[in-house]
Amino acid sequence: MTSAVISRDAPDATPQHWITPAGRDIETVNRLISAPLLENGSFAWRAWWIGFAISIVLTAVMVVSIVWLFIEGIGVWGINSTIVWGFAIANYVWWIGIGNAGTLISSMLLLMRQKWRASTNRFAEAMTLFAAAIAGLFPILHLGRPIYFYWLTPYPNTMTLWPQWRSALIWDFWAILSYILFSIIFWYVGLIPDFATIRDRAASRRKRVIYGALALGWRGSARHWRAYEILHLTLASLGVPLVVSLHSVVGMDFAASLMPGWQETIFPPYFVVGAMYSGFAMVVCLAALVRWGFSLQALITRRHFDVMAKIMLAAAIIMGLSYASEWFTAWYGGERADRSLVAFEFTGAYWPMFAGLLFCNVILPQAFWFGAVRRCVIAVFAIAVTINIGMWLERILIIWNTLSHDYLPSMWRLFFPTIWDWLLLFGSLGLFALMFLIFVRLVPAVSMHEVRRLAAEEADR
Amino acid sequence: MTRVLLAGFSGDEALSAAARAAHGRNYRILNSFTPYPVDGIDTYLDLRPSRIRTAMLIGGFSTAAFAYALEYYSAVIDYPYNSGGRPFNAWPTFMLVPFAVGILLASICGFAAFLFETGLPRLHHPLFDAAGFERVSQDAFLLALVCPETRDGLQDAILWLRRVGAQTVDEAEL
Repeated sequence: MTSAVISRDAPDATPQHWITPAGRDIETVNRLISAPLLENGSFAWRAWWIGFAISIVLTAVMVVSIVWLFIEGIGVWGINSTIVWGFAIANYVWWIGIGNAGTLISSMLLLMRQKWRASTNRFAEAMTLFAAAIAGLFPILHLGRPIYFYWLTPYPNTMTLWPQWRSALIWDFWAILSYILFSIIFWYVGLIPDFATIRDRAASRRKRVIYGALALGWRGSARHWRAYEILHLTLASLGVPLVVSLHSVVGMDFAASLMPGWQETIFPPYFVVGAMYSGFAMVVCLAALVRWGFSLQALITRRHFDVMAKIMLAAAIIMGLSYASEWFTAWYGGERADRSLVAFEFTGAYWPMFAGLLFCNVILPQAFWFGAVRRCVIAVFAIAVTINIGMWLERILIIWNTLSHDYLPSMWRLFFPTIWDWLLLFGSLGLFALMFLIFVRLVPAVSMHEVRRLAAEEADR
Repeated sequence: MTRVLLAGFSGDEALSAAARAAHGRNYRILNSFTPYPVDGIDTYLDLRPSRIRTAMLIGGFSTAAFAYALEYYSAVIDYPYNSGGRPFNAWPTFMLVPFAVGILLASICGFAAFLFETGLPRLHHPLFDAAGFERVSQDAFLLALVCPETRDGLQDAILWLRRVGAQTVDEAEL
């Protein structure tokens, strides 16, 4: 496309910089980020259209599987009277984990003054929104009578009933609802100055009107920026505890029960780390795709992948320790059912998946100890994909292992997924991809004003 | 509406230096317009303290209190339900909902206060007609000084701005 494209052998970011020399110019930043929205001719869009077609098909698959579910009921899934939770709840936990990371990355790194977040926070936040919205669907689909999901809200009703506030499922509802709405506000506030840039660069009247309305008339005055910074920073500091509480609640859905393996106090923090882990892995995948698709090598550098790989490595170690602590407490606690459950994890019918989980989540990411691996985008991308697979295996096995291996041996059964389980899972991936593809065409995928500031700072150094 | 001189600078440092110098010469700085926030520029403007965080605090805590009161009313007064011998007012388990909705409403109140303080949404503003203003959201750094009232003062101010590095100087309404 433009001269700002960085050739493969161009110098990468040095240890003192987050942006390559070619990107350290404000107008280049503007051009690189706004090109997908404003300069249609600068990209072939072939990969985009292929991705779009596939994701439309998968979304249709999701719609069909939901319609069939509504017609037939949850018996179309592989759940049975022993394993009452199946793919739907695992998908929910997996998606909400991914949905956690965007706000966590964005707000925590903002509070920690990690400047490199500027290149990644926007699409990470978008990822959050889409993933959390998809996650919120699954518990509703699992209700059996989804039309009554609004009973979770306290409203004056003729049955004179109230929600049971002591239930972790009610906490879930409020946590997710608050989180999604909060994330929309956080995302939109960050977008206002960028919409103004698009408004002022757009050539067509239609774009000027639409982006102008979205920018609310932003003028970039000192007053605007002060209000913006105060609001953005305060939202970030509220976002971190909200995210942590959200996934802790998901952990409590499991931890607050009496089933073997589901009564561990470590679950809330362990779920939060797991969420951050899978979310970071997803951000890495999206970063690699956005970087490749829109030629943003100047702004999303190998150094970004290097630091994100380090975070994933740390998370992999914490996950390993958490798994080990589960095994240890089962052995040390001496409870027969708990010990039997751990033995079942390693030797029962699901052991290949359990081994896959340990390989994907704990063993393979140890490759990130090597700098050469961390700085190789393809390697980081590949490991991030396997981490996401491993985290999904973890979510499904938390459910399957415990429910398949309850206290009463006469109740022991296995879960066999049906075609509808798989279709809904892959359909939800399609819906996510669809929303993300639409997002990158309509919204600046990287935060322009933050990268501008970083570029100006780095140019001076 | 105030007549202002809009002086364009090459970057944030040039803008800050000019603002400092203008402040020293008793020129009144009305505002600045930049493509990203410039640290320290607010010190030369007379801005009222921001109320955004206060609004968030009030909105957040009052919503949390309301949510807890609702839980208390429903679980203790309107529909007391003995769940495994737990107290009706099971406050540790009642904390999460007020926490989550408190943060949500704090963010909504913060956004409302942000709109109030910035005067947005205001889709049109006379400044948008000023020459080169569309570059502000991209790469222009403008400083708005209140126009001196006398003709000589105005000439002096324009010359002075040029001397401290202004690349463009235009008059505009603000």
